[in-house]
Amino acid sequence: MGAHIEEKETTQTVIESDGYMTVHDGKYPDSRWKEFTQVMSRTLKTELFGGLKITFKNMIDALFRNEMHTIRYPVEKLPISPRYRAVHKLLALLESGNNRCIGCGLCEKICIAKCIRMDTKIDENSRKEVSEYTINLGRCIFCGYCAEVCPELAIVHGGRYENASEQRAHFVLKDDLLTPLDFLKDQKEYTGFGAPSDDADAKIQKTPLAY
Amino acid sequence: MDPIYFLETIIKILVVLLVFSALAGFTTYIERKVLAFMQRRLGPVHVGPVGLLQILADGVKLFTKEDFVPQNANKPIFMIAPVITAATAFIAMSAIPFLPEFTIGNHTVTPIISDVNVGLLFVLGVMATGLYGPLLAGMASGNKWALLGGARTAIQLLSYEIVTGLSILAPLMLVGSLSLIDINNYQNGCVTDWLLWTQPVAFILFLIAGFAETNRTPFDLLEHEAEVIAGYATEYSGMRWGMFFIGEYANLFTISFLAALVFMGGFNDLWFIPGGIAIILKVMLLIFFFLWTRASWPHIRPDQLMWLCWKVLMPIAVINIIVTGLVIML
Ligand code: SF4
Ligand code: SF4
Repeated sequence: MGAHIEEKETTQTVIESDGYMTVHDGKYPDSRWKEFTQVMSRTLKTELFGGLKITFKNMIDALFRNEMHTIRYPVEKLPISPRYRAVHKLLALLESGNNRCIGCGLCEKICIAKCIRMDTKIDENSRKEVSEYTINLGRCIFCGYCAEVCPELAIVHGGRYENASEQRAHFVLKDDLLTPLDFLKDQKEYTGFGAPSDDADAKIQKTPLAY
Repeated sequence: MDPIYFLETIIKILVVLLVFSALAGFTTYIERKVLAFMQRRLGPVHVGPVGLLQILADGVKLFTKEDFVPQNANKPIFMIAPVITAATAFIAMSAIPFLPEFTIGNHTVTPIISDVNVGLLFVLGVMATGLYGPLLAGMASGNKWALLGGARTAIQLLSYEIVTGLSILAPLMLVGSLSLIDINNYQNGCVTDWLLWTQPVAFILFLIAGFAETNRTPFDLLEHEAEVIAGYATEYSGMRWGMFFIGEYANLFTISFLAALVFMGGFNDLWFIPGGIAIILKVMLLIFFFLWTRASWPHIRPDQLMWLCWKVLMPIAVINIIVTGLVIML
């Protein structure tokens, strides 16, 4: 069953001249008798039952020891790193709930995909106000440059990664992005682009200089 | 002909058709679940409780999918090929005694559609004609993958047919009858009477050949997805495709019932377990073994398949027959 009639190594030299190496997983039998003994040893080694044993053990582990690899996706979700670059969020000022964005336009300018568009106007106090702020998530490549460049930490990446939509280009408007007033207390501060993740300590390894 | 007998036969045919069509669906579910657990996955979970309604959803999908016939296919043959597979698979079941006799009122029911005295031969013969399903499908599809699948069908099923026949010959020599009921009654003692103990080699050969004849992994070269897309079934969709698989699962049950009947004591009582339940347990055990091997063992190459059949299994089967013959003579 596990037996082979291996092709003899005729093509090997040609292959090797191309800079490739053939990987041998053992010696090929070079006589009839060796072929026969190989077949017999493979047959009698009962490797096939070893395979059966492994799958059976896996089944028992999965069923009774709760070692299942699947998570029930829409219900359960894997934790994502705080540095993950998902759909944007506009953070609000904790004191007033106002948009932090000062309308400097840097994010619009740096955006590689040219998918941020903002309109500003001078409001009644002669201050610059962002009247419209849209991101076209159909074009965004989630490079994170906008978040990196923002001087006010106003635009950041949130954790929402389920972007499925019937629209190919799904615009996201300022109202969708900006933290609503009721949720202001839940707003997580953004530590800044490139900040270490929460469990960074556990992941850090000593550099050779530390030895 | 006796009208009661006629009516009874019709009812039996309907029951077998319905039960085994439904079982085909159910076995796909079981198969997906068992394979999933063996790979530490969950399998179907979303449709219905623990995914049970998935069978229904699959059925609806199969029935409502577009029934596709390729432009350059040989249309009548293309359309009839799946029917051949399903039909032969069910016809083969007509000579299998599924359960022991039981009585309703004072009427004795024998759960076999037709107790022909060459039952085993009939079952094997009809299963062998099942070869035409994939073969014609492959040749009529007008597609090179399908053609390759069809060619593999011919070599695989024809070759392993011989091993099945030869392997079952040795137990037949002991019993001296081709009727499956006689074979079953021959083993009417307890576990020690099973032909499995006197013919272990034949049993193993029969299982291997059975795998090959039902196109089950590791011998499913005719539709080997990694090499020939889906082989003979490449161009099929919807219920025509479904019929191939109803046929395959029906064959799976036929082989399991045959193995249980010929080698594992059939529907004789097992200690305290009544015969009807005993045979169902044996068949379930065999089906589980079929699924288990599918999860565990790798595919083999077509040349290895032929090598195994003609250089290993066939000689062993012949030697087994000769040894059995000598033992009977002495
Ligand atoms: S992540 Fe990159 S592409 Fe997306 S909006 Fe920001 S700068 Fe533009
Ligand atoms: S870079 Fe920041 S502050 Fe400037 S416009 Fe963009 S979001 Fe507003």
